[in-house]
Amino acid sequence: MVILRYAIYRFITMLLTLLVVSVLVFAIINLPPGDYLSNQIAELQASGQSAGVAKAEFLRKEYALDRPLWQQYMIWMGFLPGPHGFSGLIQGNFGWSFEFDRPVSEIVGESLWLTVLVNLAAVLFVYLVALPLGVLAAARSRTWVDYSSAFIGYLGLATPNFLLALIMFYYGHKLFDLPIGGLMDPGFEGLPMSWEKAKSILLHLIVPTFVIGTSGASAMMQRLRANMLDELGKPYVETAIAKGMSPTRMLTKYPLRVAFNPFVADIGNLLPSMVSGSVLVSVVLGLQTIGPSLLTALKTQDLFLSGFILMFVALLTLVGTMISDVLLVLLDPRIRYEGRET
Amino acid sequence: MTPLLSVDDLSIGFGGAEPVVKNVSFSVAQGETLALVGESGSGKTISCRAVLRILPRTARITSGRVTLGGTGAPLVLSELNERKLRDIRGDRVSMIFQEPMRSLSPLHRIGNQVSEVLWLHSGASERDAKRQVLQQFERVGFPDPERAYRSYPFELSGGMRQRAMIAMAMVAKPDLLIADEPTTALDVTTQAQVLGLIKELQRETGMALILVTHDLGVVANMAEQVVVMHKGRVMEAGSAAAILKAPAHPYTQQLFNAAPEIPDRDTVGLPMPQDDLILEMNKVSKTYTMRAGSGWKPAIKIHACRGVDLKLARGKTLAIVGESGSGKTTAARIALGAELPDPGSEILFRAQPGAEPIAVHNMSRAERTRFQRQAQMVFQDPYSSLSPRMRVQDAMTEPLEIHRIGTRTEQRGKAEEMLCRVGLNPDMLKRYPHAFSGGQRQRLSVARAMMLDPTLIVCDEPTSALDVSVQEQILTLLEELQERLGLSYLFISHDLAVVARIADEVAVMRQGLVVEQAPPDTLFYNPKHPYTKALIAAQPEPDIDRPINLKLVAQGAGSPEKWDDAFRFTEQVIPSLVELEPGHKVRCHV
Repeated sequence: MVILRYAIYRFITMLLTLLVVSVLVFAIINLPPGDYLSNQIAELQASGQSAGVAKAEFLRKEYALDRPLWQQYMIWMGFLPGPHGFSGLIQGNFGWSFEFDRPVSEIVGESLWLTVLVNLAAVLFVYLVALPLGVLAAARSRTWVDYSSAFIGYLGLATPNFLLALIMFYYGHKLFDLPIGGLMDPGFEGLPMSWEKAKSILLHLIVPTFVIGTSGASAMMQRLRANMLDELGKPYVETAIAKGMSPTRMLTKYPLRVAFNPFVADIGNLLPSMVSGSVLVSVVLGLQTIGPSLLTALKTQDLFLSGFILMFVALLTLVGTMISDVLLVLLDPRIRYEGRET
Repeated sequence: MTPLLSVDDLSIGFGGAEPVVKNVSFSVAQGETLALVGESGSGKTISCRAVLRILPRTARITSGRVTLGGTGAPLVLSELNERKLRDIRGDRVSMIFQEPMRSLSPLHRIGNQVSEVLWLHSGASERDAKRQVLQQFERVGFPDPERAYRSYPFELSGGMRQRAMIAMAMVAKPDLLIADEPTTALDVTTQAQVLGLIKELQRETGMALILVTHDLGVVANMAEQVVVMHKGRVMEAGSAAAILKAPAHPYTQQLFNAAPEIPDRDTVGLPMPQDDLILEMNKVSKTYTMRAGSGWKPAIKIHACRGVDLKLARGKTLAIVGESGSGKTTAARIALGAELPDPGSEILFRAQPGAEPIAVHNMSRAERTRFQRQAQMVFQDPYSSLSPRMRVQDAMTEPLEIHRIGTRTEQRGKAEEMLCRVGLNPDMLKRYPHAFSGGQRQRLSVARAMMLDPTLIVCDEPTSALDVSVQEQILTLLEELQERLGLSYLFISHDLAVVARIADEVAVMRQGLVVEQAPPDTLFYNPKHPYTKALIAAQPEPDIDRPINLKLVAQGAGSPEKWDDAFRFTEQVIPSLVELEPGHKVRCHV
């Protein structure tokens, strides 16, 4: 019951935070002088194409860009009626991308889910690789296992992601016949999900997951090793040995359990750092995630598109921290009972 | 009779260095208690851990044979492989460790951790194991075994955790229990009860016990056989009666002389003079507010100090004694101005006789600086109260720098003078703290506190982290300094025996209240309050004919609601301090 109440409480605070974030996002994308349309109008006027100017002026009105900033914000969020009544983010209308001349939802549509997919796969990869390696390195500290895992780890940390991407592509294709670039066979693009399409996506995922996850995994491995070494010196480990537990069982039940908490707390940080870290990689690998669109949108001051993507990343982060907070409460009784009389 | 466990010619070393345990042999018979006695660094802990080979990774057993007898063929533990040794650990030979606070995993329920022993060794089902564990919990004195089974370690007090550890060690009915300083981290009253429990359990099950301790008092209460160790060697071994009555080896005698004891008094002491007070605490209260589990319940208030009145005369020592959580440290922190008391409390400090007092509870910045030059503190743990990254010289001259006193050469000169005064060599100024032993570090702490030539020093358990013989030296040092410089001490301790030596007046605290206050002689000659009596009774004495009176301990150390009518107090009704004879106050209903 405690947990359910806590989860609800965390959800409400998350919504409030999201509201604050939306104000910040809107303020930040409006910081540079002018907007996409005023830039375009200036450009058109300079080249004397007055027909385009009329269209741009029309769009300005259509999207309420001629109103004061706070009203623009309220209309964008859907708290105030715009030229076409209530139609903002909370009503599910993500706005219009001027750069691509299409609704935002259409542009990001599929790539939104692919972004989530790529990053979840990378997070999974990070945990799957870092956990066993970190524990092993701690349990066999100062042996060749420890040293070689540390070496590989530092190599992973030190190699720039995009470089790693290029190398992986070359050798992945040459040795294992892995596909190059994209997240699926071009033939499947725009088609509804099918078994064949899913298979193609999975095959294409291998390289990006590895590339995006490597540095995160090596960082986490090193921290896990350090944490584990700390825990291994604690008296409760001795107690467990004195009980007659086998080393493997003892390691996973006691010290790992304690050393693991910081990693649960990390989920929230991992997601956004991967999304932003994967932008460049996505460009290099030609992944259809929202990374490349974000880059273009920011460059051209495409208000609604960049606003929506930033909000989406913020949402990912907040959901991540919420999940890790709730998980921590589930995992650690000391947090759960904080403040309770003992 | 063949011994249950025998250790022959055991030597252990770290790397290539000189071995820390040299040719040690001992044995223990069925149902018998063997005490391994020695100071820190004597190798007693590492020898007993070698039995189950629970050693630091760099330790190497270079020689020795460990044999476990008992029913069936004798097993040579020192030759068993890791896999087979695992079956012995926790099943036939189990261990209890020193720190109950940290020896249980904080993230697993007590029931789970204890039942695990049965799951591992007898392959018991969850239900079966739980039944047995609950029985064991009841046996070791948990009032509500079901609740304890569901609890996490941090929900229990230190004494209860140690009971859980005992239950864990006993649940598989081992032939031998190895207890490594099982009560050192506990209050005296709790120590007495835990020792009593171990002894009772031993009588019931007939197991053998190896008790590692530095306290001869504990030995006298528990052991039949004693092995005295020093610097990795056995100094003396034999029956407890023989060794305790007539220690043959000079080292054993030395240990004996150092053991603090509550003296027998045949008369009351003189009350502390009241005409020249350096520190006066009037009606000092401190309430902490703890956030409740949910926003709907009111916050919990904890009364750390309730109307404490204390007066310290110039050049004298006032001791505050009590168990952990009694409010003694809070009182000391308030006296130093490190914590603000509740409104209505008053603390007055007079630097010189007749000087205008500083109101410590309400100091201005300038007053605080002035006060800090006069009042200093010596902390409990000499290992963590000195920064490992500062040279002794820097640590010592820092107070002078803060108060901008003297040039660098003068500061250095002062530091040298202080080192000499506490019995250290001025050459040591360039070293880092890690180069010093516990006793030397505590001397350094004293020297640092003396750097500003204070008149009042607050000593917060300055000896409880030290070995007995070192403890003795530090107390002597404090006494000397007091005599020479006319210092006044506010001395915090949980140990009546230490206090007996140094204090001019003792205030016994329980649950934030002073329950009895008297000069030590009066207190030991004529203790009135049941809690004071329990404290005195719980002090283990190195005399085999005077065991701890557990009944007295249990009565006084229990909840205040169970004290005799005359002393009982509840949240609503608190009796006042009554002066029975000059200088002897007791909190009771008249």
